[in-house]
Amino acid sequence: MIHSPSQNAPFHEQTGWLFIAVLGVLVFASVIGGLLKWTVARGEPHGVIDNLNSRIKAWWVIVLLVSLAFTLGKTGVVMLFMFMSFAALREYVTLTYTRTADHLVLALMFYVALPLQYYLIWIEWYGLYSIFIPVHVFLTMPILASFGGDTNRFLERTAKMQWGLMICVFCLSHLPALLTLDIPGYEGRHLLLIAYLIMVVQASDVLQYVWGKLIGKRKVAPQLSPSKTVGGLVGGIGSATLLGTGLYWCTPFAPWQAALVSLTICLMGFLGGLVMSAIKRDRGVKDWGTMIEGHGGMLDRLDSVVFAAPVFFHVVRYWWVP
Amino acid sequence: MISFLKRMPGVAAGELIMFCARALTGVRPLWRGSLPTSARRVYFANHGSHGDFVLIWTTLPAALRRVTRPVAGQDYWLATAVRRFLGSKVFNALLIDRMKSQPHQPSPVDLMADVLNKGESLIIFPEGTRNTTEAPLLPFKSGLYHLGKKCPDVELVPVWIDNIRRVIPKGQWLPVPMVCSVSYGAPLAIGPDEDKATFLKRAEAAVLALRPQESIEP
Repeated sequence: MIHSPSQNAPFHEQTGWLFIAVLGVLVFASVIGGLLKWTVARGEPHGVIDNLNSRIKAWWVIVLLVSLAFTLGKTGVVMLFMFMSFAALREYVTLTYTRTADHLVLALMFYVALPLQYYLIWIEWYGLYSIFIPVHVFLTMPILASFGGDTNRFLERTAKMQWGLMICVFCLSHLPALLTLDIPGYEGRHLLLIAYLIMVVQASDVLQYVWGKLIGKRKVAPQLSPSKTVGGLVGGIGSATLLGTGLYWCTPFAPWQAALVSLTICLMGFLGGLVMSAIKRDRGVKDWGTMIEGHGGMLDRLDSVVFAAPVFFHVVRYWWVP
Repeated sequence: MISFLKRMPGVAAGELIMFCARALTGVRPLWRGSLPTSARRVYFANHGSHGDFVLIWTTLPAALRRVTRPVAGQDYWLATAVRRFLGSKVFNALLIDRMKSQPHQPSPVDLMADVLNKGESLIIFPEGTRNTTEAPLLPFKSGLYHLGKKCPDVELVPVWIDNIRRVIPKGQWLPVPMVCSVSYGAPLAIGPDEDKATFLKRAEAAVLALRPQESIEP
């Protein structure tokens, strides 16, 4: 077990600037949303504009919650992501076929695997948190399921629950795990790395939505998602990559490195959204849940981050941690 | 002041139970055909778990919750001190003696009608017992029909509680988190010459029709 120097560093000055920039973007978005409501919709109910405004409102709540967690340092961030994993996993198992015999497995997922994974990150034990779920929990789950004595669709049930734990807990936990990396010359600024990943990937989502509404025509994957267009994809990922490059100063990357890393996580984010859409399509639902007004469920908001986080983590760990 | 202090433990326990219910199930009401109004109502729902009326209770607005009483079996709710406390101080349940231990006591329908005549609403589970079978709904008992006949101006609101049977499956004690929903449908009225069997079939169909498409429950 390796313990790096305290990551509970005070708020870095750059974090403050980033926070102010995000607030600025939110104020700008809220003004645009309000103007659209008055000029285009004239105060009448309007599907697209009302959805846009509830999305902006939800973003205010998300930004305030993330900021609050950041002020509490490592413990706050680990708690925040643990809560998000809980909500995401709850949505996932709700839409997943399980049987009474799986009850013990579900209890293991929620009450043991989830808190333990985040505890291992909190104590910064890389050697265990990187294999705990994919090795130990994955082997334990079918064992417990077999104790249930019900062989009906056995492999399907187990595999679906494992996949849920993988995306909702294991992948997502790689965001707070960024705090455990020892990057020379980057001490005390790890929170910025989390903010960077979230901002670039979420900006890519938002910009894909905006570009798609403006110039999107041809659908990328009509069988999977009706809302993803070529115009949205190129415009969104292109502009989010530019944003990620422009934010290089809050990362350990040089500008060209920031561009490549941004492009990678934006692409992973897009592909993650595609995969999660395919799962939703298969189940015949439009959203994972209703937790976040305008966005759908927790998983609808996290699908892209979930796929980008482990890749980002290992890129940083491989090239920037000696 | 004294009465407030006396009510405190019940209110606090109620809030705690609702907090746990929300944390585990993220439960939300779906008002599909009726709205939460102060009309006197009989909410009749599917019954798969002891958590059922907790979810109805949690999804009702606070003002309605105070005047809505679940109807429950006396044998179960008087059995231990904790259940007695929950039944009387928290949920304010109307207890029905299913065993008919004493002769000459008023019938369950009369007891329920008394509560409705006082301006309060009721939650009932017409299946009569928890459904632990593979069928989505058991045949309804006739109490709902007789109650509707006795109190014709009370709204009979069908309710479908979704997913709670996966939170606590039969034979398990530890709940696992699953998103649940409570769907409230349009009130039913008993037709002037509708017979008991026809109405009960219609009431069952009204409850089943509220089941969400994506529902996985057995």
